[in-house]
Amino acid sequence: MIFSADTWQVTLFSIAVGLASTLLILPFGITLAWLFARKEWPLKSLFETIVLLPLVMPPVSTGLILLKIFGRRSPLGQWLYQMGFEIVFNWKGVLIAMAVMSFPLLVRSVRISFADVNPRLEQIAATLGASPLRIFFVITIPLAYKGIVAGALLAFSRALGEFGATILLAGNIPGRTQTLSLAIYNFVQLGKDADAYILLAITVALAFSFVWVSEWLLRTRKKA
Amino acid sequence: MNRIWSHVLRIVTLAFIATAVLLPVVTAARAEEILTSAAASLTDALNDIGRSYRQKSKNTVRFNFGPSSGLARQIEEGAPADLFFSADLAQMDNLEKKNLLEPGTLKNLLTNQLVIIVPADSKLSVSSPKDLLKPDVKKIALAEPSAVPVGVYSSKYLADEGLWEQLKNKVVPVQDVRATLAAVESGNVEAGFVYKTDAAVSKKVKIIYAVPIEKGPKITYPVAVIKASKHKFAARDFISYLQSAAGKDAFKRYGFVVLE
Repeated sequence: MIFSADTWQVTLFSIAVGLASTLLILPFGITLAWLFARKEWPLKSLFETIVLLPLVMPPVSTGLILLKIFGRRSPLGQWLYQMGFEIVFNWKGVLIAMAVMSFPLLVRSVRISFADVNPRLEQIAATLGASPLRIFFVITIPLAYKGIVAGALLAFSRALGEFGATILLAGNIPGRTQTLSLAIYNFVQLGKDADAYILLAITVALAFSFVWVSEWLLRTRKKA
Repeated sequence: MNRIWSHVLRIVTLAFIATAVLLPVVTAARAEEILTSAAASLTDALNDIGRSYRQKSKNTVRFNFGPSSGLARQIEEGAPADLFFSADLAQMDNLEKKNLLEPGTLKNLLTNQLVIIVPADSKLSVSSPKDLLKPDVKKIALAEPSAVPVGVYSSKYLADEGLWEQLKNKVVPVQDVRATLAAVESGNVEAGFVYKTDAAVSKKVKIIYAVPIEKGPKITYPVAVIKASKHKFAARDFISYLQSAAGKDAFKRYGFVVLE
């Protein structure tokens, strides 16, 4: 009664796409977080607000925006379709929905870690002749890496829990786009509570462990 | 003698005034609100009927539209619906077996026809169910085939035609028949199965095949009062209204076939 093939499929699919979406947003998130932490520019607060939006808007609103952007009737959607990329009702839609919804969490966490790195250490490295890129990879990242990992774990957990944007953009297709959250919803709709509870246990276990590790990493950071 | 008369007159006048003042208050207080959980395909017709019923009877009907399977599940879990208007007998039977229906109120009211639709600007040459096998039909929208009436009807029809095994991998399951309609309108799927009445309310889709009534599944829309309802009298009254000439005309206007 425990884990059927379908349960494995849904769990592995969710973890795989969640992982892919987190890896996808890592370079962009780290870059943006560093810019937010270290640089100022006109209209910076506009960027900060836009990046934060998916975190505070109802997920279905974000999902609707993504559907309109990537749907076949939009210029971008049509172009992608001709290139052979189907986003709507496809696993790529799941990837994009997860990436967009977890992006703000990553940026926020990483930004705080960068802000905690003492800029003096970076300046000292500069006086010793290190290039900005070298400083970034040799000084900044190692000092901030716990926060980065914590942020990535948080983003990954958020991606696993994604529902509203995913169901609008990628649909709830068993075996193709159905994630753990979508499957739970499906089972509840169909009255299959027992199946829903199994998946519920899996999502709680996953979320609990990832968030715990994330919080532990944040707690054990050395503050400069 | 005069004193007695003047007392009587005073009492009668008072009673008269009291009635004149209280009657509207009393009858207004008895205007009830009935909650009807109804299949999504009935949205437009029932909204019209609800409006005209309100004029006629002073009772208000509120509607909760959705997939009949989801609505039945809500009622099982105790949702305060007074009436259930389903798009198939299976969901109604489901509730009957669980003893949730008011005995003697079940009526089979309507039937409908299944159609295959494509986006209005579709360039594909699809004109029969077999054409759905073509490779350029990549996705077919269908309300959850294992539970929602229109999905059950469509998948059963495709199975009877020997097409289900090959087509089921193209199926995008959606919430209900109106979600199917929306999916086809959006152009993100190539085709979908809805009722003829749903296709009629949208200008963004076109019907490419109507499943012949004799070949297709037997579609029946039953309605019944829920046993736990606190407005059974008003609910029964609404069912009578649905069966009246005014109700029947409204359903016919939207393309439903009324069962006599």
